[in-house]
Amino acid sequence: MFERLQVMLMKEFLELRRDRWAMFRLIVPLIIQVIIYGYAATFTVNHVATAVLDLDQSQASRSLISHFVATGRFHLVDVADRQEQITHDINTGRATLAIVIHAGFAQDLNNGRSAPLQVLVDGTNSNTALIALGYVSQIVGQFQAEEMSGVPQARAGATAPAVTASLQERPWFNPGLTDRWFFIPGVIATLTLVQVVNLTSFAVVREREMGTLEQIMVSPIKPVEFILGKTLPFFLIGFADVALVTAVGVLWFQVPFVGNPLIMLLGTSLFLLAALGLGLLLSTFSRTQQQAFALNFFLVNPLFILSGFAFPIAAMPRVLQWLTLVNPLRYFLVVIRAVFLKGVGLDVLWPPLAAMTLLGVGMLTISVLRFRKSLD
Amino acid sequence: MTATTHEIVIEAQGLKRRFGAVEAVRDISLTIMRGEIFGLVGADGAGKTTIMRLLAGVLRPDAGAIRVAGVDVVAEPKRVRSELSYMPQRFGLYEDLTVAENIFFYSELFSVSPRERRARTGQLLEAAGLAPFQRRLAGQLSGGMKQKLGLVCALIHTPRVLLLDEPTTGVDPVSRRDFWAILYNLRESGVTILLSTAYMDEAERCSRVALLQAGQIRSCDTPSRLKQAMPGALLDVVADDPGAANQALKDAPGVLGLLLMGDRVHVRVDDAGRRSPELRARLAERAIAHTEITTIEPGIEDVFVALLEPDGAA
Repeated sequence: MFERLQVMLMKEFLELRRDRWAMFRLIVPLIIQVIIYGYAATFTVNHVATAVLDLDQSQASRSLISHFVATGRFHLVDVADRQEQITHDINTGRATLAIVIHAGFAQDLNNGRSAPLQVLVDGTNSNTALIALGYVSQIVGQFQAEEMSGVPQARAGATAPAVTASLQERPWFNPGLTDRWFFIPGVIATLTLVQVVNLTSFAVVREREMGTLEQIMVSPIKPVEFILGKTLPFFLIGFADVALVTAVGVLWFQVPFVGNPLIMLLGTSLFLLAALGLGLLLSTFSRTQQQAFALNFFLVNPLFILSGFAFPIAAMPRVLQWLTLVNPLRYFLVVIRAVFLKGVGLDVLWPPLAAMTLLGVGMLTISVLRFRKSLD
Repeated sequence: MTATTHEIVIEAQGLKRRFGAVEAVRDISLTIMRGEIFGLVGADGAGKTTIMRLLAGVLRPDAGAIRVAGVDVVAEPKRVRSELSYMPQRFGLYEDLTVAENIFFYSELFSVSPRERRARTGQLLEAAGLAPFQRRLAGQLSGGMKQKLGLVCALIHTPRVLLLDEPTTGVDPVSRRDFWAILYNLRESGVTILLSTAYMDEAERCSRVALLQAGQIRSCDTPSRLKQAMPGALLDVVADDPGAANQALKDAPGVLGLLLMGDRVHVRVDDAGRRSPELRARLAERAIAHTEITTIEPGIEDVFVALLEPDGAA
């Protein structure tokens, strides 16, 4: 049945071995990317350049400022004495955030009146601004709580003591809310997809360009044998990719792996099936390697953005949410994050696994059909 | 074994194939016998490659019937594949594989037994002059060597029919000679060969030739009969300035066509005996020196050019 598959595979591996740079191209970019992601990709905001304008110059105002500095989130770059100076700092980018304490701040506090505090933030990078503001309200809340406890009972005695609800945060699966734990599994999925789709589409288009495809097709080989011969090697390479990046994530970046490795294996296989299907599909739309390159280039970003890797799918417009449904990356991200951090089983993960199977089989079928047609 | 028998190996009837608005092949019928070397001759775009691809079963005709080696190619394009070998203009070789590895790959694709492979590989490489280069990467071969390696790969499974699309285009004369030696050998063993060529000297080596123009066969016969059938006679005019001679004779009475060939002009006329002195006089009148006019046998090229001229077709 598959007697010609063996010689196809032999040829593929021989070609790969002849390519002196193949190993380099397959491994080095992957390692470099996972290291860059591991160290640089973080939502944490630290050392926010901060300017302060303290017009109150009281003990309370100084205490508030020291609260900011003590957290390490804010880095004091300028102590201003005029409002214009603050504006200048924000405009020039010297400071991202400015705290303005108006005169009478301490007095208001002491009199039990609400003491306004002004915070200016450079909103150019909306994400950083939002996170920094979050820290600000945290710190101010803390400051307020301390001030209140220091206030003599007598003053508040007139009214009943304020009842405050206290929030106890306990994030599951990632108690420290370490960004890296969230990113590394996603990076494994993303890099593998890009690598496998690239390799597959290029390999088939190359045969078309070299004229070997037509030559093979006038031989008694079956299209299925040819396609299996072309994709099996990349299936193995994809597995090696996943294993390699997982090893770096777990051993180097200490990302926990609490789930069942067998589910990871199953998820990876189905994901690779879909990736190979996508690669083959692209190859049926490309006559030259340049066209394949352009298609790959065009697809990488949408696949990445519409996957839930960094941007929540629930926040996208409805139409784009529909598009994510045909993105294999979307499903594998769910599976790989769950396996790494949550340790849940098939009872929970079967829908994304089924979706990847469907996508993989669908795309492979379309490619085989298109392939047959193009040879007619 | 005698070369040509009366067994029909390739038979095509009423083939038609269009690509969009272009009618690449219109109403082609061919019958080729076992052991023939059949040549398709025509300008670029005359439909040579399309015919090859139709016969090989890689392209479906819009209309018409094809039988190759007893197989209905239109109905069962896959079944014909083990019977024939099709070598496109540029044979697909794996450049990162060696000569021997390429041959091995193609022999496995066609399920050639190891014993047969060893025997045929040695024999074919020897004939192609590639024996010393077995371990060289295909990508590092010269154009002619690549083409010969393509032929070796195409022949590794002993096909009954060989389709060669311009196999010697861009090939050096020595490699071309090797190439033809292999083809003659194959014919001796009963392989039927259909090849297309743009070289007229190669057309003369074929047992039969079909002259193609705009997707139609204008004429089809043995090279010698084609030449006899050419209307008119051919005069060979040698001149110091063949361009001027060509110009001077263009509208002379009785001239059917001209073909500039290096230091001479081939002039096709209706009657050699009558026109020869007339042309001589015309050249003298225009002071075109050193002219020598002789009647010659036409070559395939002359026939081909004659056919393409509107008046010659009559």
